[in-house]
Amino acid sequence: MVDISFLVISVLTVVCAIASLELRSLIYGSIALMGSLLGIAFFFLLLDAPFVAMFQVAVYVGSIAVLILFTVMLVKRELIFTKIEDPKRKYIGVGLMLILIVGLGSVIMDSGLKSISTHSAPIDFNEIGEDFLTYYWPALVIMALILSSSITGALVLARRENIENEQHTN
Amino acid sequence: MNNTLIDFVIVSITLLSIGIYGLAVKRNAIRMLFAIEIIINAANLNLISFARFLPHSSGQTLTLFSIAIAAAEVAVGLALIIVAYRMYKNIDIAEFRSLKG
Repeated sequence: MVDISFLVISVLTVVCAIASLELRSLIYGSIALMGSLLGIAFFFLLLDAPFVAMFQVAVYVGSIAVLILFTVMLVKRELIFTKIEDPKRKYIGVGLMLILIVGLGSVIMDSGLKSISTHSAPIDFNEIGEDFLTYYWPALVIMALILSSSITGALVLARRENIENEQHTN
Repeated sequence: MNNTLIDFVIVSITLLSIGIYGLAVKRNAIRMLFAIEIIINAANLNLISFARFLPHSSGQTLTLFSIAIAAAEVAVGLALIIVAYRMYKNIDIAEFRSLKG
C-alpha cells in the first residue's frame, strides 16, 4: 500500500508534466515544468536520497528553469501565446501515449518487480563521495571538461552577430 | 518504507509516455525541449528507485552525472533555439528547413 505523500507527489508531478506541455502560454508552461521537476526532487527525498534531491533542486529548479524562462522571454509575444501543433498528429500522439502506458505497464505489472520492497538501511551519501573520488574519478574529470566546453559552445552560438545577414546572402 | 519498487516504476513510465507524446505532437522547439526534460527526469527517477531497492550507491552516482549532462544539453539546446529563432524569426521546427535538400 502506498503512502499518502507518495500519492500527492505523483499527482503533482504528472499533472505538472501534462500542464507544461498543454498550457497555452510558454511562460506558464515553464513554471509548470518547474513544478514537475520539484516533484521529482520530492520523490528523491522519499527514496532516501537527500543529496541527489538537493542537486536536483539546485540544478533543475534553480538554473535550468531560469534559463528556459529567459529564453522564452526573448521570443516574440505572438509565438509565446500560440500553440503550434498538428491536430491530426495529436490523436496519434495520445494513442501512442496510451499504448505505451498500457503496454509497458502491463509488462511491468506481470514481472517480478511487484514483490520487491526493502527494509534495508538507506545509502549514506558518504558512499557517493567515495565513489566519485575513487572508481569514477576519470568520469568526473571528463564531466568537468564536457560542462565547460558545452557552456563555451552555447555562449559562442548565442553571441554570433549578423546571423540574419548571413541568411539573406545565402 | 511502505512503497514498493513498482509504484515508482509506474510513475516513471507515465512520465516517459507524456514526454514521448510531447515529442510526437508538438512542433514548438521549446516545448520539445520540455518533453526531453520530462523523459530525462523519468530515467533519473528510475535509477534512484532501483538504487534504493537494491540497495547500491552507484545508481545515485550515475544520476548525479545524468543531471549534470542534462544541464549541459539544455544550455546548448537553448542556444541553438536562439540562433534558429534569429535566423527564421520563428520557433516552429517545421520552418527550420535550410538543411532540407
